[in-house]
Amino acid sequence: MTEFIKLPAAELAGLVADGTASARDITQAHLDRITSTDERLNAFVTVDAEGALATADAVDARRAAGEQLPALAGVPIAVKDIVVTNGIETTAASKILRGWIPPYDATIVTKLRAAGLVPLGKTNLDEFAMGSSTENSAFGPSHNPWDLARTPGGSSGGSSAAVAAYQAPLAIGTDTGGSIRQPASLTGIVGHKPTYGGVSRSGLVAYASSLDQAGPFGRTVLDTALLHEVIAGHDPADSTSLDAPVPAVADAARVGANGDLTGMTIGVVSNLSGEGYEPGVVSVIAATVAQLEQMGAKVVECACPHFDYALAAYYLIAPSECSSNLARFDAMRYGLRVGDDRQASLEAVMAGTRDAGFGAEVKRRIIIGTYALSAGYYDAYYGQAQKVRTLISRDFATAFSGCDVLVSPTSPIVAFELGPRAEDPMAMYAVDLCTLPASLAGVPAISVPCGLSGGLPVGLQIMAPVLADDRCYRVAAAVEASLNSPVLATAPQL
Amino acid sequence: MSTITRDEVAHLAHLARLAVTDDELDTFAVQLDVILSSVASIADVAANDILPTTHAVPLTNVLRADEPGPSLNRDTVLLAAPAAEGGRFRVPRILDTEE
Repeated sequence: MTEFIKLPAAELAGLVADGTASARDITQAHLDRITSTDERLNAFVTVDAEGALATADAVDARRAAGEQLPALAGVPIAVKDIVVTNGIETTAASKILRGWIPPYDATIVTKLRAAGLVPLGKTNLDEFAMGSSTENSAFGPSHNPWDLARTPGGSSGGSSAAVAAYQAPLAIGTDTGGSIRQPASLTGIVGHKPTYGGVSRSGLVAYASSLDQAGPFGRTVLDTALLHEVIAGHDPADSTSLDAPVPAVADAARVGANGDLTGMTIGVVSNLSGEGYEPGVVSVIAATVAQLEQMGAKVVECACPHFDYALAAYYLIAPSECSSNLARFDAMRYGLRVGDDRQASLEAVMAGTRDAGFGAEVKRRIIIGTYALSAGYYDAYYGQAQKVRTLISRDFATAFSGCDVLVSPTSPIVAFELGPRAEDPMAMYAVDLCTLPASLAGVPAISVPCGLSGGLPVGLQIMAPVLADDRCYRVAAAVEASLNSPVLATAPQL
Repeated sequence: MSTITRDEVAHLAHLARLAVTDDELDTFAVQLDVILSSVASIADVAANDILPTTHAVPLTNVLRADEPGPSLNRDTVLLAAPAAEGGRFRVPRILDTEE
């Protein structure tokens, strides 16, 4: 049964559909893998073995009844623990939510269930998705299957570790400033941040609402695209959801796999290189760009001068929105409450609970956001950051007038060791340099593994205009096809 | 020059209803100063005549049909409450006893 865990989701679904394998056996194989590896990885916060097997049995029953199954029916999936799940504890990796059993499903979970996917459990993250390494989790960091002393990235590091370690063929992540793309890059898998509004935010625990976007992880570009098509689409429950057709990403992945990029113009972002970028990463990216040219693409250099201010803009906008969103954790309606002795005032209970329940990074961001939004500083900080956001969008518009997609490294560095960076907030923030511009402009971006530096995976980021997610997948599939063997195939055995 | 003082951090923490400890204040004052100095470069961007972006993909007047639908079950919701009494959330006192 162990062979199931190495198969792509598309093949697993085929085995279920034609009756070669049962969803139950496939699910059990992945649960066994979690049991044998998660003590070392800490990818999961909650494993729902009973619920997963019941869901798998329901899929097997549908097939036995002669029903035509949806594309990924019977395929196990890991869900980041910031996505609410009816009846299954949802913590956002925070002490303030520990023990919370949501009374409803996020829209994307409803879609997963309707499509017959089998949620295995909830994966670890930086508390409220604030971080780049999972070290801000209240449940301890996740570990990178390539090297257990290193981070699997963040904030969706539990999801990336689970997929890279064959605990699940697919996972859901969320990306506010790079939290899908960076973990995908650091673990040698594929991760896509859809166009803002392309996937419903209803039922995500909100961090920075104008930036938050859920998206898919997979080990292959096609698997990632198939999952994208399951979760994407307009949702009346999310007023920022786009009422537009879902881009044909699975078809684009199939087209890209033929390795022909004739007619495409690819822009290399010159601002996303230089100081702070590891030489090993730079050379793998350069070799990949040369490969894109060999596949027929025209490659040009693009200057996007305002990308240099993305880090500053992001670390004002995101904390500002977080300081507002996290006001809901008031110790009254759900979650933790401390110090309620029937004497203490509401305000004292609220402040004491929030101090006990939030970790250091969350508090830092709440305080910075409160500062940036306060009278006297609003125009200089938050207002100015929102204007810079406009300038970043204009840089993209200018670049896309001459290019179909833009490329850069996903991360300036390979997976780093757990520990040292966690004490230095600015050093941690700098890890997000390459992913922030697409987040601020709301454009889609994918990370695809493209090589190794010092034995650790490197990801290429491919950015496209709004609702042109299909271009990301097409180029990513071409990169994947150009490799002699998948990057992940060279990962050490766990 | 530091951009933010320890007293300012204490005031902001109060505004955000965070009962931070003295140790946390000491750490945060230093860290927030570094962070705010690092993002101060944002002021250098000439953007006076630029309109701010509040949402990446502009949408206006998003409406939905005004149709009643099922609500969450009251008892299920109260199960997740830190304290409930008589079918309601029980909250700490909001008035001083003398008042």
